[in-house]
Amino acid sequence: MGAISMRLGEVLLGAVVNLNHPAHYFHRGWFQISVANLMVILLMIVVFILALFLPFPGRRVQ
Amino acid sequence: MSTAAAGFARAHKRDHRHVEAWKGGYRPYDLVKEFVVALVVVTLLTVFLAVLFSSPDDQPVTIARWARADAKDFTAAALSELNGTSEVAQYGPPYNSTPDAAQKIGPISLQTIPGVRIPIDTATDLVLNPLQSVAGDNPDLQAALSQYRSASPQQQAAWTTAYGKALDSATVSGGQLQVPSGDYGPVAVIMPAELALARSGGLDGALLATKQFYQTDYTKPILFISGGSYFEDQASAHNLLGEQWGMMNETGNWPGQPWLWLYTFWYQVPPFATSGNADALIWGIMIVLSVVLILVPFIPGVRSIPKWIPIYKLVWRDYYKGMAAR
Amino acid sequence: MSTVEHKQWSARVRESAEKNLPPEQLLPDEQPVYVHSWIYVFGVLTIAAFAVVLASGVWLSLEGPTWWHTSKIGLFVNSLHLWSVELFFFFMVIHLWGKFWMAAWRGNRSMTWVTGSIAFLASIGAAFTGYLSQQNFASQWIASEGKDGLNSAGVGAFFNVLNFGQMFMWHILLLPIVLGVLVVGHVLLVRKHGVVPPYPVEGQAAFDTGPEAVVDVGASSDDEGGAS
Repeated sequence: MGAISMRLGEVLLGAVVNLNHPAHYFHRGWFQISVANLMVILLMIVVFILALFLPFPGRRVQ
Repeated sequence: MSTAAAGFARAHKRDHRHVEAWKGGYRPYDLVKEFVVALVVVTLLTVFLAVLFSSPDDQPVTIARWARADAKDFTAAALSELNGTSEVAQYGPPYNSTPDAAQKIGPISLQTIPGVRIPIDTATDLVLNPLQSVAGDNPDLQAALSQYRSASPQQQAAWTTAYGKALDSATVSGGQLQVPSGDYGPVAVIMPAELALARSGGLDGALLATKQFYQTDYTKPILFISGGSYFEDQASAHNLLGEQWGMMNETGNWPGQPWLWLYTFWYQVPPFATSGNADALIWGIMIVLSVVLILVPFIPGVRSIPKWIPIYKLVWRDYYKGMAAR
Repeated sequence: MSTVEHKQWSARVRESAEKNLPPEQLLPDEQPVYVHSWIYVFGVLTIAAFAVVLASGVWLSLEGPTWWHTSKIGLFVNSLHLWSVELFFFFMVIHLWGKFWMAAWRGNRSMTWVTGSIAFLASIGAAFTGYLSQQNFASQWIASEGKDGLNSAGVGAFFNVLNFGQMFMWHILLLPIVLGVLVVGHVLLVRKHGVVPPYPVEGQAAFDTGPEAVVDVGASSDDEGGAS
C-alpha cells in the first residue's frame, strides 16, 4: 500500500503529459504562434463568449 | 433640463456615494461565499494543471559548457571582447561610452541620459583580469599578460586581428584549438589560456567573484555568454528569438506569455524589423499605448466604443427585458 | 462630538472611512438586480488566482530560490506558481474585456478603471521579474534580450535584469506590495461607487431612480469618466 501511494505521489509530482520537447508552431508567412499560446488565446475568447451568453442562475430581474 | 433631472443632478453632486443613485431593485448576494467558491475552484484548477503539465526547467548555459561544446565559437567571442569589437564592447550606456552607439527615438536618446552606471571594460573584465587571477603559478601567462597590457592599442589590434583571421581555419582536436602559426604576440598565449580556464569552469567562477565572497549579480557572465553564437543557437532552437515572436514563447510545449503579443508584434514588421533603433522605438510605442489604456475613460471616441458596439446588451439583457416589461 | 476631536487626524481618518465606506457598503449582502451575468465572476476569479499565486510563492520562499531545481516537490510547487499565474492573466484579461465593453468607468468610476489597468501593467512587470528569477536557461535568455529594451529607454541603468539579486527582490517584495495596494484600492473603489449600472435605455435617466423616473436626459455625459 505504501509502495502504491509512493508511485502515485511520484506520478503526481512529475507530469502526466510531457511537454518537454520542441514546441509545435502555427506559421503563416511572418506570423508565428506556438500551439500552446494559440490554444490559450482561443480558450479565452470562447470563455468570454460563453460568459456573455450562458444564463446566470438565480432569480431573473424583476 | 426638467425639474426631476435637475433635482437628480443636485442630489447626485451632493451625494458622492454613487451607489445610492441606483434606486431600483436589489437581490441578496453572498460575496464571501462567492470568493470562497472562486478560491476552491482556482486552487483545484491550478493543482490539476500542475499535475497534468508540470513546468519547464531547461539547464542554464555555463561558460564551461559553451567552451566545451564549441571551442571555436567561444574563442572568437572571447577575442572580440579582448579587442573591443564585440556587441557589449560597442554597446554604449549603461556599460560603456561608445560614441553614437545609443538608440534614439528621433533626436532623443534616452539611453545616454543615465550615463555609464554599470561599467564593463570587456578586455579587462572578461579576459585579462580573470586570467590574472590564475596566472600566479604560470610565468608564461604572467609575461604574456604584461606584454599585452603594456603594448600600444595599434599593436594590440594587429595581434588580435591576425589571430582572428587565423581562427577561421582553426581546428579542434583533443579539446585543444589548433590555430595556424603566425605573429600573434602574447595573444597566442592568452587565448588558449582563456579557453582552458573556461573549459575548467574557472571562468564562470572568476567572473562572479569580486572583493566579496557572496554574489548575486550575473551581469558579466551573461553578457559574455550572449556574445557567442552558441547561446543564440540554443534560443533559436526553442523559437525564442525576437524575429520568432520569441517574447511570447516558452521552452518546450508550455504556453508562454501570450499577454506580450503586442509588444513582440512590432519587432516583426517594417520599419522596426530592420531598424537599429527598434528597441527604443517599440518601447516608446508601448509606453504610449499603455498610457492610452490607463486613460481610456478620458479619451473621447475611445470611451464611446462600447456604446457603438453594443456587447453590453448581452450582459444586461435581463435588465433591459425587465425595463421593457414595465 | 467636541471640536477638539474633529481636528484630530485619527478622528478625521475614521470619519472619512465611515462616510465613504460604511460597513453595509464595505461588505454588502445584496447587489443591484442588473448584476446578473457570468461576466461578473471574472474579477473575483482574478483575485482568487492572485491568492494562489501568493500562497505558492510563499511556499517557494520557505525553501529558497534553488529548491525547485533539485526537489520533485519543489518542482510541483513551482508548477502551482506557474499555472496560477497563467490562470491569473487568463481571468484578468477576460475581466478587462468585460469591463471595457460595459464602459465600467461611467458614473465617476474612472479611478476604478485606472487602478485596474495599472494593476494589469504591474502584473506584467511582476511576471517579468518572476521569469528572470528562475535561474535556468529561460531566465538567462530573457535577461539578455530584455536588457536591450530597458537600456534603450534609459531604465536598464537602474533596473538591471542581469542582476538576479535585484530582480528577485523586486519579484518577491516590491511588486507584490505594489500589486497588493492596487488590488485593495481597486476593490474598495468598486465598493464605494457600486457596480456600474447598465447603459440607459432611451428615455430613461442615467441611473434608474425607480419606476417613476422616466426623464428626458438630453445630451448624455454618461460616457465620461470624470474625477471621483
